[in-house]
Amino acid sequence: MSAVADKYSELQKLGVEVLSVSVDSHFVHKMWNDHELSRMVEGGVPFPMVSDQAGNVGRAYGVWDENQGIELRGRFLIDPDGVIQAMEVLTPPVGRRLAETVRQIHAFQHVRRSKGTEATPAGWEPGQPTLKPGPALVGKVWEVWKPGAEK
Amino acid sequence: MADQPQGCARVTGTVAGEKPAGGPPPDRPLETRGTTMTARVGQKAPDFTAPAYHKGGFTSVKLSDFAGKWLLLCFYPGDFTFV
Repeated sequence: MSAVADKYSELQKLGVEVLSVSVDSHFVHKMWNDHELSRMVEGGVPFPMVSDQAGNVGRAYGVWDENQGIELRGRFLIDPDGVIQAMEVLTPPVGRRLAETVRQIHAFQHVRRSKGTEATPAGWEPGQPTLKPGPALVGKVWEVWKPGAEK
Repeated sequence: MADQPQGCARVTGTVAGEKPAGGPPPDRPLETRGTTMTARVGQKAPDFTAPAYHKGGFTSVKLSDFAGKWLLLCFYPGDFTFV
């Protein structure tokens, strides 16, 4: 969570709001923020930390683990229409890489601005050429994307 | 934001269209309870309302209030864990 809090201003510049969710109460969220996270991220956690003690929200998103009574590391990117564009779920011991989330935000926002006329190839980074699906591109992807292009 | 009075009941989120949290415990075991996973890319995100801690205060968050904005929704195993 501190990784997301740390990059919050970058996410805000992209017009992205953040919610974190766990099965801890809002009281525990306050303690965690006040006693630990605020020492890792200046000003503490800037976004709402949601409490879902019965796992109702987690169940709806497929991240509730009833055996452990916890929620798995699920990350959902939701567009302005309320549609889930990307999701990633990890088991607890491995943390996420926020840079990949930011890359996907750039890509999904670019595609949305193009009103679906453009697509981004594997490994696309902002500023790189996109694909314009259509008759002219069939069989010609090799001209714009080659194996090894992904960094 | 105005602080809401805080009771001692377990706080949890409520998925839109389901009975709100609280009240008598469910008569069915947890595993067989209602909600099945509905989250899927390309589909509407399940709406919910849930209590939250935000910048020193306790508040309530509703997913659909974020309509018109991009939103990153992050679940994690628990506070004071290590990753």
